[in-house]
Amino acid sequence: MSTLEVSPAEPRHYESSQRIINDFSIQVATVNGSGSQTANTVLMRAIFQMGIPVSGKNMFPSNIAGLPTWFTIRASKDGYIGRKKEIDFLVAMNPESAREDVMKLESGAAVIYDEPLKLDALRSDLHFYPVPFDKLVGPVCPEAKLRKLVRNMIYDGVVARLLSLDMEEIRTALVKQFGKRKAKAAELNWGAVKAGYDFTAKNLPKTDPFQVERMNSTAGKIIIDGNAAAALGCMFAGVTVVTWYPITPSSSLVESLMVYLRRYRIDPETGKATFAVIQAEDELASIGMVIGAGWAGARSMTSTAGPGISLMSEFVGLGYYAEVPGVIFDVQRVGPSTGLPTRTQQGDILATALLSHGDTRHPMFFPASPEECFTMAIQAFDLAEQFQTPVFVMTDLDLGMNNWMSDPFPYPTEPIRRGKVLTAEDLEKLGGFARYKDVDGDGVGYRTLPGTGHPAAAYFTRGSGHNDKAQYSERDDDYANNMDRLLRKFENMRSQVPAPLLDYTENARLGLICIGTSHHAVSESRDQLRHEHGLESSYMRIKAYPFGPELTQFIRRHDRVYVIDQNRDAQLLALMRLELETDDIARLRSVRYYGGLPLDARTITDEIVEQERI
Amino acid sequence: MSTTVAPPPPKKVNRIGLEVIPYKGGKTTLCAGCGHNSISERIIECFYEMGIEPWKVAKFSGIGCSSKSPAYFLGMSHGFNSVHGRMPSVATGAILANRNVLGLGVTGDGDTASIGLGQFMHLLRRNLPMLYVIENNGVYGLTKGQFSATADLGSKLKTGIVNDLPPFDCCALALQWGATFVARSFSGDKRQLQAMLKAAIAHNGLSVLDVISPCTTFNDHEGSTKSYGYMKEHEEPLHELDFVPHYEDISVEIAEGEVMDVRMHDGSTLRIKKLGRDFNPTDKFAALSALNDAEKRGEVLTGVLYVDTAKPNLIEMLNMADEPLATLPESKTRPSRQALDELMEELR
Repeated sequence: MSTLEVSPAEPRHYESSQRIINDFSIQVATVNGSGSQTANTVLMRAIFQMGIPVSGKNMFPSNIAGLPTWFTIRASKDGYIGRKKEIDFLVAMNPESAREDVMKLESGAAVIYDEPLKLDALRSDLHFYPVPFDKLVGPVCPEAKLRKLVRNMIYDGVVARLLSLDMEEIRTALVKQFGKRKAKAAELNWGAVKAGYDFTAKNLPKTDPFQVERMNSTAGKIIIDGNAAAALGCMFAGVTVVTWYPITPSSSLVESLMVYLRRYRIDPETGKATFAVIQAEDELASIGMVIGAGWAGARSMTSTAGPGISLMSEFVGLGYYAEVPGVIFDVQRVGPSTGLPTRTQQGDILATALLSHGDTRHPMFFPASPEECFTMAIQAFDLAEQFQTPVFVMTDLDLGMNNWMSDPFPYPTEPIRRGKVLTAEDLEKLGGFARYKDVDGDGVGYRTLPGTGHPAAAYFTRGSGHNDKAQYSERDDDYANNMDRLLRKFENMRSQVPAPLLDYTENARLGLICIGTSHHAVSESRDQLRHEHGLESSYMRIKAYPFGPELTQFIRRHDRVYVIDQNRDAQLLALMRLELETDDIARLRSVRYYGGLPLDARTITDEIVEQERI
Repeated sequence: MSTTVAPPPPKKVNRIGLEVIPYKGGKTTLCAGCGHNSISERIIECFYEMGIEPWKVAKFSGIGCSSKSPAYFLGMSHGFNSVHGRMPSVATGAILANRNVLGLGVTGDGDTASIGLGQFMHLLRRNLPMLYVIENNGVYGLTKGQFSATADLGSKLKTGIVNDLPPFDCCALALQWGATFVARSFSGDKRQLQAMLKAAIAHNGLSVLDVISPCTTFNDHEGSTKSYGYMKEHEEPLHELDFVPHYEDISVEIAEGEVMDVRMHDGSTLRIKKLGRDFNPTDKFAALSALNDAEKRGEVLTGVLYVDTAKPNLIEMLNMADEPLATLPESKTRPSRQALDELMEELR
């Protein structure tokens, strides 16, 4: 905002009958590194504990300390957990961003702010709550050096009082956050929460309409981030070799995994690890180790983001061609290079599908929730070993690094599938084998693992031309036959990857298609389109690539199909174009967002309404 | 391929009852006289003579003439001809997956000292238990004779171009950054190379063998410092080597004070016979200093430069299960339903 337009309107004072219950977003604006994460998590948890559907999104800079950061908590009685574009309740703690944050608010929003900032002078159409944080923190935190961290807990008390949050729930969340070992720290912070609450009760009469009321919509649910969920999936998939190179936003996936593995995968009888984790020197090495380990029979994985995917390109092509299993998690972020490393995007879809030189195609999973991060991790390992090929799990920063409400994860019901591996006993019966021979007609040959104690076990793995006995060959028919078999293998995956989520609305002329985290915004947008514009729509959320036959069927049942992409170049749509027929392609339209924030429903709704008017 | 060696008598077998045939590989496609073919022969002999089960070996290579050679030996071993300069990461993954596999990496100077320098250095740091043989000829053969990063200062290409950049000494790097068995040899020195390879097989850590292996097509001319002729004139062996495997008795034919015995992990002995100078291969700094002195004198120092049999290797440091991770049963790799319930409860 460049100018300060002071609205003449006074904010209304709301009677209890006009209250807005369990439907608002809180934005906390702080300085990166000021310890606000604890205060924000406690606030989110307290709302969750009161049974209200809630989501939390951290919008943070690529910086360790000093730059502005925003945390948004959305409470939604209707269960919408996508980002809400409009902010209803601002907690302005950062002098740097406060002015702009306030000017961006819609009329009628509420602002809790640090009193010396004097934000109430900026506008007259908002509900202002000045709080003297520095004065309040002194008495509750005698130790001066801790005040910076404890200070933020005060706003939890202020928000609790203004929104009628149950203080006992705040306390419970606080104790959970600090754990038993940090009881003293929890007590100190609790003092700050109370100070905020008491100050507000005495000095700040409530004028805004927002309020929480207990519901029963979160019973039994858990709160977890997508990276930790994926890590759990890897552990329950039976991962044995993990390699990684630190990169935002994927680092916490392997960091979580290491914690879980140390806890559950040390053999109690021997005290030895049933896994190996290597922090590699770069992504070139981490993917090399994944390929080496997969070749030798381990369940191997790595986790990275776009720049890592670029670096892994050559090895992934070798993995495809030499037919080596491995699982690669791509927690997507804005690119290229360092781009906006702490902002979200789905910008690696197209590059990953065709990663590397020559003819290559790679299967991808698109989880939309922590639960799918968990289940798809397990499916990805099975698929990789069944089809002997690198498999990608494409999450994003929004899913990976933010906390999400989720149903508890289901324990896997199927045994681990290790694919076609011949043992020494098998070889004794068979007398030998041809590594790349399509014995079963599904394009997948039988492999042996190094160390298999049989004279006929060995074969030579290479990226260069080979015949079905894995012998070096530069014959054109050997090369072409092999490439055709690889394509058959890929085609066979269509029925083996998870089918899309389909929600048909009778007589709807519009169809909406998306992947991954776009789901939450798209689901809400469909309701907006229906309620605000009378536009009915059907919906398909694609869960994996290669696409199944459902894609064509879905397109043909609708006049216009909007493909929602979180990238500039409509990459999901482009991937569809590669295999759809012209008539089907003609029905596709594109909705794109690529600003780096989690996608919100309003952006989609506005864009579709705009295109529908044409 | 040697054509003069008579085939072994029909029944001649090694200590595990195998003939030499299973240790051989496909017919070489490298140039006649290539040093790499001699190294392949030494590998065949050593693995045969030591009675290593070939199916327990996994061969690794990158890209280049040297990296093609694993197809020409140990045909009964799994092999992985990977991507340029990044064989160390593939080998690392494979050995993590199966710690019982004996890893044998064969690479070249182009593969290791340029694109592969980063992975090579990190392999050294990790002390991954495997053999890492550099077939060093100072040129890129497969792309027709460009200088590599181990080409000596002043060395001349066939075209007359003179190398004006200093070389990487892979042995010096290996010594400095953590390999626990470091040796240099010459593909034409059969006896020395055999002893070295056998000791490396017996070693329980990373063995780096930098073997000068002349390229007859692109770097065997006057003015080259990696030619047969140059090596004949400038090779300076540090000592004489004898390898006595653990299943044989050590003969005592040499006078006291003239030998140093290094006990290898598997109980074998590397017997080092003095040749005029005092050199202790357990002293890293003495080795670096010897390399430095040799360089000043224009000599190519060969022999075992360094052995450390005590330092833990990567597998040991990771406290990994004794059985291969690759074939652990589901009962060991998938935690129980109770474990998941417990985790879910904590997240509520």
